[in-house]
Amino acid sequence: MEKSTNQQSRRSFLKVTSLTGGGMMIGFSWLANLVPNEALATAANANDWVELTGFIKITPDNQVKIFNPNPEFGTNVMTSLPMMVNEELQADWSKVIVEMGDYDTPRFKSQFTGGSRGMAQGWKPLRTAGATARMMLMQAAANEWNVPVAELTVANGVVSHKASNRSANFGALATAASKLTAPTNVELKKNSAFSLIGTPQKNKVGKDIVAGHSLFTMDYKHEGMLIAMAIHPPAFGMTLKSFDATEALKMPGIKSVFDIQVYKDGYKRAGFDTRAFNKLVVVVGNSTWEVMNARKKVNVQWIPTETTKEIVAAWGGQREEIVPAGLESTDEHMKQMYAMQQKPAKLLRKDGDPETAFSKAAKVIERTYSAPFLSHNPMEPISCFAHITDEKAYFVAPIQIPEMMKQNIVSNLGIPGDKIEMKLTRMGGGFGRRAYGHYIVEAGLISQKIKAPVKLIYTREDDMTNGIYRPTYMVTYKAAIDSNNNVTAISIKGGGIPEGAVHENRFPAGAFENYIAEGWEIPSNITIGAFRAPGSNFIASAEQSFLDELAETIGKDPLDYRLELLRKAKANPVGKRNDYDADRYIAVLELVKEKSNWAARPKNARRGVAAYFCHSSYAAHVVDVTMKDGQPVIDKVISAIDCGVIVNPEGAVNMVEGAVVDGIGNALYGGMRIEKGVPMQKNLNQYRIIRHKEAPKKIEVHFVQNNFDPTGLGEPPFPPVFGALANALYKATGKRLYNQPYLNELNKS
Amino acid sequence: MSKFNLKVNGKNHEVDVDPTTPVLWVLRDHLNLIGTKYGCGVGSCGACTIHLNGRALKSCQLPVSAVGTQPITTIEGVVAEVGEMHPVQKAWLELDVAQCGYCQTGQIMAAVSLLKTKPHPTEEEIESAMSGNICRCGTYVRIKAAIQQAAKSSTK
Repeated sequence: MEKSTNQQSRRSFLKVTSLTGGGMMIGFSWLANLVPNEALATAANANDWVELTGFIKITPDNQVKIFNPNPEFGTNVMTSLPMMVNEELQADWSKVIVEMGDYDTPRFKSQFTGGSRGMAQGWKPLRTAGATARMMLMQAAANEWNVPVAELTVANGVVSHKASNRSANFGALATAASKLTAPTNVELKKNSAFSLIGTPQKNKVGKDIVAGHSLFTMDYKHEGMLIAMAIHPPAFGMTLKSFDATEALKMPGIKSVFDIQVYKDGYKRAGFDTRAFNKLVVVVGNSTWEVMNARKKVNVQWIPTETTKEIVAAWGGQREEIVPAGLESTDEHMKQMYAMQQKPAKLLRKDGDPETAFSKAAKVIERTYSAPFLSHNPMEPISCFAHITDEKAYFVAPIQIPEMMKQNIVSNLGIPGDKIEMKLTRMGGGFGRRAYGHYIVEAGLISQKIKAPVKLIYTREDDMTNGIYRPTYMVTYKAAIDSNNNVTAISIKGGGIPEGAVHENRFPAGAFENYIAEGWEIPSNITIGAFRAPGSNFIASAEQSFLDELAETIGKDPLDYRLELLRKAKANPVGKRNDYDADRYIAVLELVKEKSNWAARPKNARRGVAAYFCHSSYAAHVVDVTMKDGQPVIDKVISAIDCGVIVNPEGAVNMVEGAVVDGIGNALYGGMRIEKGVPMQKNLNQYRIIRHKEAPKKIEVHFVQNNFDPTGLGEPPFPPVFGALANALYKATGKRLYNQPYLNELNKS
Repeated sequence: MSKFNLKVNGKNHEVDVDPTTPVLWVLRDHLNLIGTKYGCGVGSCGACTIHLNGRALKSCQLPVSAVGTQPITTIEGVVAEVGEMHPVQKAWLELDVAQCGYCQTGQIMAAVSLLKTKPHPTEEEIESAMSGNICRCGTYVRIKAAIQQAAKSSTK
């Protein structure tokens, strides 16, 4: 019988280091956790790796490693970003090891997973890094063989000189290459010469994922590590008064119970420093289950908060944010938002004379749309490992935007920036939630307090009731129609709690002579944050539903009407600034029209269309739906996407499919209700997430082929799913849907 | 605290834990088998799916005291069972199923169990059997295709 605490040891990546006084030091090697197993079997001693640029390391025995700068939460950056490097480096891709880079933004220039920026941001620097390293390897060969660089060729990690029949692999050249000065003006391949970019490549981490290897922070272990959980107020608008831990401390395995203040008084929050609750009660113990049980025994007293002001110093400015007191409720929010729609709001844009057009209209259609708070619910709940010692502040963290964590850690932990070391793990989803790294500070404070390595774990309930939701929104679209069925003016007015989402310069701005956009916001103590395509996911649903209804009202085909408006905006754009490229918008609509055989669809087809542009990529979907026993069945979704050059088609198609499924799920089921400050959905048995049997039976993804620099796919395909679904459900049921989640409205008689 | 003898992936283990401890946390915290994931703790997401007596089960809902002599298989044991990558894992790789990957070990455990009882499931049977496993990234279409492919490959 084996009494096992390191059952994994055979393949658990134990790193053995000789100590000078004899003996060995054993610890988990994080590096090893992140590389594929078969590569690990031959992985060289860390000292053997020769670095070429910050992104590439090569061993003398010819192992090639490419570092991915941006934390991976499922958008394929661990594969597609290294592909960019290797397109120019030209190592043997099948043998390239990819590794997640540590937190080291000066080295990687940027470490930001969010806003669908990875592809665009990496495009030039990553290819340049690959080309620079290749040039250095070629120069090393040229020096050694005494031949001109121009006579050398490179393929599959081998530099060759045909005339003299000599060749050497990268490993043999790496040491000499690393001593050369890096060239500063390398030439990059033309797109037509790409041999790796544009070819479907499997996920480089796929084997570790299906084998269940340690990839996530939740899985991380460390000698002497304790487990911590935090208790936060049960309601927004409440804060800690006092606690009694007498009973909890009697529980087995419990080490300590104390309170922490996350951000210091007067801390100027940066853009991603949102946190819902500043004072937490922390329970620390030996194991997860023991801590889970003990936390129930802590007797905590909560008191209402007072209205406070927080300073937010972000996005190049500084502002005061009012955090109101009070226990808020969803029903009250809806009333407040309807009330705001009746009042004057902030004018965002006005073209022509919409007032006159509305007053002269033969017909006005006005439709109001709303959507609830959404909880991100990444599959891996929030966690963070911290070990703060005098020498360094060591973290293992799942964080989307490491480059913006420094100030927060430095200010609130009182640690100099150069003492921060952070390993960045794969994240079990993020969707924006893990842009907000308050939990890193929390884990650090706990480790400081107990002077021990600690992993902070949020339960699903902790995570779901911790705010940073997608805001709740309302918007009203209005169209003035003359007696000839021409649309003469458009009005958009809307806002949200605590942040609105009217984008005055987006389509259909530019397509109407008379146009007005207005916005408002209602302060709240419920915290919000970026949620997949922030600012776009709701407004797209409203806009695309309204355009559909408008087209029907004036007797036009909904897809052709969109094309007509875009062609008009292209030929004679109204206004000074319109934030879209009409040609690219048209291209995705034309493509989805063709691929869905739209023009030939039967009159009663239960089919809807929508398109949207955000985060630099264009997306259009056609959704086919049938109703079965009162439940929508999504028969098929056809998607057309323009994200410029498609770096890894395998990952790109997967991303679009995922966005379609996620969009359908959130549109039909998503929603967090708040009652008297309390989040009413606390776990996945109460918060509905789309499941297998509710997913589309088929998803077909098509790309517009062009040579634009690549843009992202994490977000852009998501927003138009909602509208396409609503429009399809209208055709299937005769019911226009205005309030999300749609299933609730669909089932109302 | 009580001592329990567990048979996990063909090996016997002794653990000394509170009898109410869910098998999920025994595996993760005490046996260091971290391929079984925590997602919700209420049996709603399937990230913690294991096999008990060869049948898929959510380990967050199974107290260690209820296991007795029944054998447990985790994702780590699925590889060991067939001596290499399981056909289901292979299909997962061939169809490049994963996005974030966190739920996928649970999905694979559910799929392996399904194919044991129904070697050639219909689409509806797959959807129904797999609906206890949430994939927040929405890889359902690929999961279904991978199960179909694994079913096909096992008859070759």
